[in-house]
Amino acid sequence: MQFHSPATFVEAAALAAEAQGVTRFLAGGTDVLVQLRSDMVTPDTLIDIKKIGGVRDIKLNDDGSWTLGVAVSGAEMNEHGPLRAAWPGLCEAMDLIGSTQIQGRATLAGNLCNGSPAADSVPAMVAACVTATITGPQGERTVAVESIPTGPGLTSLEKGELISALHIPARGENAGDAYLRFIPRTEMDIAVVGAAVNLRLDGDTITEARVALGAVAPTVRLVPEAAEALIGSTLDDGALEKLVAACSAACSPIDDKRGTIAFRTEVAGVMAKRAARIAYARAKGETIEGHHG
Amino acid sequence: MALDDRKSQFLYVGTTPDRPDGLDKVTGRAKFGADAYAPGMLHGAILRSPHAHARIKRIDTSRAEALKDVKAIVTRADFADVPFAPGLEGEFWNVLENVMAGDTALYDGHAIAAVAATSALAARDALKLIDVRYEELPHVTDVDEAMKEGAPVIREGAADYSVPEGMHPNVVRYHESGHGDVEAGFAEADLVIEDHFVTEATHQGYIEPHACLATLGGDGKGELWCCTQGHWIVQKTCAALLGIETSQLRVTASEIGGGFGGKTTVFIEPVALALSRKANRPVKIVMSRNEVFRATGPTASASMDVKIGMKKDGTITAAEGVFRLQGGAFPGAPGDMTAMCAFAPYNLTNVRQVGYDVMTNRPKQAAYRAPGSPMAAFATESVIDELCKQLGLDPIEVRLKNASHEGTKASYGPRFERIGLVETLEAAKAHPHYSAPLKPGQGRGISCGFWFNHGGETSVSLSLSEDGTVQLAVGTPDIGGSRASMALMAAEVLGVPYENIRVTIADTATLGYNDVSHGSRVTYASGLATIKAAEDAVQRLCARAAAKWGIPEDAVKWENGCAVPSGPNAGEFDPLPLAEITATMGQTGGPISGHYEATPEGAGVSFATHIVDAEVDRETGKTKVVRYTVVQDAGKAIHPTYVEGQFQGGAAQGIGWALNEEYIYNDSGRLENPLFLDYRIPVASDLPMIDTVIVEVPNPGHPYGVRGVGETSICPPLAAIANAVSAAAEVRMRRLPMSPPRVLSALKSDG
Amino acid sequence: MSKIHVTTTVNGDEMEFLCDPRETLLDVLRDRLNLTGAKEGCGTGDCGACSVTMNGRLVCSCLVLGAEAEGAEIATVEGIAQGDRLHPLQRKFIEHAALQCGICTPGILVAAKALLEKHPDPTEEQVRFWLAGNLCRCTGYDKIIRAVMDAAAEMREAA
Repeated sequence: MQFHSPATFVEAAALAAEAQGVTRFLAGGTDVLVQLRSDMVTPDTLIDIKKIGGVRDIKLNDDGSWTLGVAVSGAEMNEHGPLRAAWPGLCEAMDLIGSTQIQGRATLAGNLCNGSPAADSVPAMVAACVTATITGPQGERTVAVESIPTGPGLTSLEKGELISALHIPARGENAGDAYLRFIPRTEMDIAVVGAAVNLRLDGDTITEARVALGAVAPTVRLVPEAAEALIGSTLDDGALEKLVAACSAACSPIDDKRGTIAFRTEVAGVMAKRAARIAYARAKGETIEGHHG
Repeated sequence: MALDDRKSQFLYVGTTPDRPDGLDKVTGRAKFGADAYAPGMLHGAILRSPHAHARIKRIDTSRAEALKDVKAIVTRADFADVPFAPGLEGEFWNVLENVMAGDTALYDGHAIAAVAATSALAARDALKLIDVRYEELPHVTDVDEAMKEGAPVIREGAADYSVPEGMHPNVVRYHESGHGDVEAGFAEADLVIEDHFVTEATHQGYIEPHACLATLGGDGKGELWCCTQGHWIVQKTCAALLGIETSQLRVTASEIGGGFGGKTTVFIEPVALALSRKANRPVKIVMSRNEVFRATGPTASASMDVKIGMKKDGTITAAEGVFRLQGGAFPGAPGDMTAMCAFAPYNLTNVRQVGYDVMTNRPKQAAYRAPGSPMAAFATESVIDELCKQLGLDPIEVRLKNASHEGTKASYGPRFERIGLVETLEAAKAHPHYSAPLKPGQGRGISCGFWFNHGGETSVSLSLSEDGTVQLAVGTPDIGGSRASMALMAAEVLGVPYENIRVTIADTATLGYNDVSHGSRVTYASGLATIKAAEDAVQRLCARAAAKWGIPEDAVKWENGCAVPSGPNAGEFDPLPLAEITATMGQTGGPISGHYEATPEGAGVSFATHIVDAEVDRETGKTKVVRYTVVQDAGKAIHPTYVEGQFQGGAAQGIGWALNEEYIYNDSGRLENPLFLDYRIPVASDLPMIDTVIVEVPNPGHPYGVRGVGETSICPPLAAIANAVSAAAEVRMRRLPMSPPRVLSALKSDG
Repeated sequence: MSKIHVTTTVNGDEMEFLCDPRETLLDVLRDRLNLTGAKEGCGTGDCGACSVTMNGRLVCSCLVLGAEAEGAEIATVEGIAQGDRLHPLQRKFIEHAALQCGICTPGILVAAKALLEKHPDPTEEQVRFWLAGNLCRCTGYDKIIRAVMDAAAEMREAA
């Protein structure tokens, strides 16, 4: 295995473009090292991107949007007061991944590129309209995060391409987000179902909504029908009922060691409903601490 | 709650000093299995079967052997057909077959070949170059399936004499016991409930993977360092498997990072020795977590039917149970223990229990904390709970009404001596937990639990130093603070400060045989042996004093660490402290030591009653344990804090077993969750504080009244939690673990 | 396969080693630097027995490559005591019997120390969630939580 620590993304992309065999980028390493240790994936080339300038920066742009370096860890995100205040759901989604130790290393970009359908941060990013800058041999492009994972363990990134920055939109007024997942324990599990809700209100009425589900399909699923169930409502029982139905209808999960089809389909609606309540309260200006487990 | 009226007689016993090995263990200096290194050491790695059941057609190691870093490769062919000692053929053959497959891979994870190389990475890489051709065979992993006609046969001829004719060859042991007339008993009952219960296999889940460092030469002399609950059994087994003399293999037990029954046999140790002999260099093997799950002993899984009859006043009229235990690809599942424990807490006129030991294509089960008893209690105590519910009776009152006590003919045969079940029930009833109000969505469950406890072969040696300090050598690895208990008991006899006693876990060359640290036997048996060895030394100390004073030996007694005349007639002498006797012992007759070797038989059974409150999320089926109280009879708590620790640990493991832990096999017979990510043991945020009540009903078989406490604590939790969840969810849970999908599905089907 | 030369600081001491690019920081600490306090319980970041801090951040050393230690400051359980003076957490763990077998203890001490540096006055819930990545199979966590809370109280008093 070749190990590289390039100083720029262009250099990293060039190394990856020229590499033979299996190439992996190393940010937090919380997936790459597990796969390496268990002989699931032994890369021929491993490119550590943490020596690249700015990869640990969390930047608030003039327009209120945020630019995150790709090596910003979950712990760093959650220690950043203004970011956490603006996007509590997204920050909590990241925070739910693994232990305190994992939080010291794991990154949003890594969680995205690992391609797990159950990745906790991805539904929250999708709900939040996060975009990614991709650097490759052909230069840079910016895409919506939902276009990156294409199936379990798969991404749309071409050979030589890597994510070089993540962009979170400006939060704006009267808005809130939330992410909840279901796990059997209180910590340390992979999501059996995850649900992210991002809302904006006008008074008590929801005017904008995005709902995304994790672990219920081969990729994270944006559910427009669920958003429609919320828009125009005051999150009354009727709207929540429609939300639950839309979420369950959007599920095409599998039976596996972590959960059954029936369970995931049922609980997806429950998680979405509970997340919607938190997002709504946050949009109303309330401070709601997220729930572990 | 000390029911021991002798409490005041103790000076050291019952106090809670710091453990002697505390400093080592909080500074990282304690040496566990994987922490040993030797000059010239190689690293071993083991190739394992990916198939649940497959004939091994050919093993080609040539590509791996060609690597310059590879120094030895072994397969079953390197374990010559050693003639095992008469009577031990079967036992050793099973162990050998498990540590290295013969002509058939019997489970996913079964060892096929092993490599020793210059680094751990090189050894792992070499495994990828060993080519094995398999012919897959039909497999079975479920106990009920394995007993059915037409099920794949794991091994013909494995059954012993106990199995009735006509049973499937996978049924290898049969147990039946009881007394009275159960049919007549059921006829007397006002309500009879019969139900079916299932538990999945769980793993002991010790955090330290198996590890060893082995050296064996062509001269048949070897050294082995390993993490084990008992190094003499390792010595005996490895010597037999390698064809060397037992005494030529010196085994040293490392500090042990948890065992719970799972480190009572060998897995990698004979392989490391074989590699070392072949390479003529020390070889270290450390299992990965994946290997621990796939190839070491989980507990048995169980399929059980229990039928109990009760009168309206709560009197149990009869009880009957059938317990089918799956123990992997070898005999050994505790069908007998499960059956014998099932109704032990109750004083029954009519009782009958049947146990089956069934083989499947799974790893060989190993003991796990009171093997069999937790499952049995789950079935029995669930039925009793349902009877209480349907008859409108208080579950503690009903248990008190039927509780076993001194003189009761136990369901499994003998009459109980002094036991403490009633006392644990009374303490549970009086505990504020039992009467605390529940919140909506919560349910409360209780359960009793029973374990035999064990004595076992034990040797202890105690020697005194010139300065009056004490060296105590015991042979039972310290898994949970037993050095402290041993030192307390020795201090009690000798009358010297606890701190003056250095407790060492001796290797196999420096002490006589000791059984494994299992059966909750350490504080009981090694403790008893420590007391006797200390008394032996005291007798010698008194003899020296007698000689000095010129009076008969029986005119001297030991008091507060000093020899004193035994009475006014013995003469007037100032007390002679231990340190004064030892200071001159070189001139007065030589070194003073004490010894004890025996197989103590009075272990004393123990009982516990647990109370648990659970909260069920009706929308997701998720259970949270919100309050937990353990009440258990310890006989006499030598170091109460570590007794509490045993209570709490057993409860926590029971919570994991009840709610989330399970071996998940897929249709191909492969283990789906061989890692801590998906084998879900409780994490810190899952649990509440675990309250404890130590009941002390002295065991007549121990000088200080000790009963083992390590195992009984895991017997009640499965049932207590199932009863709490069933109450909270308002639906009877009959299958473990009560994972959220199962609970939600139960809620749906009943709602 | 060529090895990588790494210079790093462990518990304040500068150290150098050569490692295979696949070797983890845990492998390096144990097999190359003779620091066996950190334990491998799983190798997948699920048990926390290998916990160390890297540049002040709590991590699983099994999920860090040895090569990544270049220029970093690593702290392990061996560096918690100051000379012969135990850290309050170490004393409280012994006092409360917060360990039975002791295999998880090094990782828990490292993790708990990191917690108390960040949150000197944690709630029981905070301690439990912070330590959720440190599996203990012996104790049921009860005495561990009490020891951490008690050490925190003592450290606040001393501060």
